[in-house]
Amino acid sequence: MITLSGVHKSFGPNHVLRGVDLTIPKGQSMVIIGGSGTGKSVLLKCVLGLVAPDAGTISLEGQDVTRGDRDAFLARFGMLFQGGALFDSLRVWENVGFRLLRGAKAMPKDEARAVAIEKLRRVGLKPSVADLFPGELSGGMQKRVGLARAIAANPEVIFFDEPTTGLDPIMSGVINALIREIVVEIGSTAMAITHDMSSVRAIADQVAMLHDGVIRWTGPVAEMDAASDPYLQQFMHGRATGPIEGVR
Amino acid sequence: MIARTLAQIGRPVLAVLAAFGRVALFAADTIRHLLTPPFYGREFAIALLQIGWFSLPVVGLTAFFTGGALALQIYSGGARFSAEAVVPQIVAIGMARELGPVLGGLMVAARVASSIAAEIGTMKVTEQIDALVTLSTHPMKYLTVPRVLAATLAVPVLVAVGDSIGIGGGWLVGVTKLGFNSATYIQNTNDFLEFWDVGSGLVKGAVFGFIVALMGCYFGMNSGRGAQGVGAATKAAVVAASVMILAANYVLTGLFFTS
Repeated sequence: MITLSGVHKSFGPNHVLRGVDLTIPKGQSMVIIGGSGTGKSVLLKCVLGLVAPDAGTISLEGQDVTRGDRDAFLARFGMLFQGGALFDSLRVWENVGFRLLRGAKAMPKDEARAVAIEKLRRVGLKPSVADLFPGELSGGMQKRVGLARAIAANPEVIFFDEPTTGLDPIMSGVINALIREIVVEIGSTAMAITHDMSSVRAIADQVAMLHDGVIRWTGPVAEMDAASDPYLQQFMHGRATGPIEGVR
Repeated sequence: MIARTLAQIGRPVLAVLAAFGRVALFAADTIRHLLTPPFYGREFAIALLQIGWFSLPVVGLTAFFTGGALALQIYSGGARFSAEAVVPQIVAIGMARELGPVLGGLMVAARVASSIAAEIGTMKVTEQIDALVTLSTHPMKYLTVPRVLAATLAVPVLVAVGDSIGIGGGWLVGVTKLGFNSATYIQNTNDFLEFWDVGSGLVKGAVFGFIVALMGCYFGMNSGRGAQGVGAATKAAVVAASVMILAANYVLTGLFFTS
């Protein structure tokens, strides 16, 4: 279980997170929605330890992730970045096996390559892709490689940052389905941020809406349509008018 | 009025001091990570190849033409007081002590600082550095330490090669255009050049290599967003490395050659 309590974060005068309280039950997929610039990525980076919150606590199974041994927490996490964030200078299998090849529990090269190829297969890529460089892949393939890297070490928690951005609707559907299958298969807890409602419906068990630095609404995905919150309804239906200002 | 004027002067001074402080902290952090495991040997080998081997042509060509031009200059200048014969000695000492390390350092700054800043800046913009962190890999250890160590070791070698080629350029011009006897030219060069003439240049090379890679990494790591941010980081890395090389050269020359 991941618990965020009173998380605040400012960048200069810009108070991005204004006291975020959120609980993600173990083994559940939480999708955080919200408009551009509402602090979704900052929130994700706070949980990952890439950005230190100014106040509040973030805990994983009761242990504060902002204190303690960060590497020990990171070893339990997997992350799919918005643009894939694959290392250009490394081959696809080296990207997928990056964690497996390094650290105290580093695997021999052949073993890491075999695991990487197995993970590539799991995300629907042929083994022949393994020796290519990321620049030789399409956007959808890069996303799949990013997903393979995220699950390479069978993490307890997987994070997804805008997993379908830049993909066509069909490829978005494929990636959403793949994410859902893999999260269920591994039994990981998942936290995703997106503003793509088709992703929300495909991935989420739970949904939280972040607006103006706080969680406006949270609940099971099945209750989202019936929710009365006007902010959530405007966002879900993409209405230009409503409580959320169109121009920020 | 006075307070406002003082504030206008003080603000940029403080900004410059703060920038120096940040670079000093970055350098200290780099050295700290260099001294603690893990060390990424593969990245170091790649950096050594990129910085050392692939800089050889540009450093060699620069040194060759500089040595040749130096021989012509010393010959025509020396003729004013009948000292044309000192061409071999002055070319040798000029290349080994000053022009070899400084021009080599500047050429490496132009080639390497820009490429490091652009590469790391792009990695930052595309979240590859965040990805490194999430994969339990410290960006300073993986990106900065191999490059800084490789440059610190490679640039003295480049300087030594540049010195040889530069002296060779002077010899070629001396023999083919200025009428020097080849054996005498080489003999004069060998007799005149002392160990510390070359050694001081190599030490300078190591310092310049450290500066070049450090500036590339620092500005890359602190790059702004988008293509404009990476472009600005690249430009700043080359300018800062070049200015720091010239400043360090003055300080080191003072340390080495004034008693």
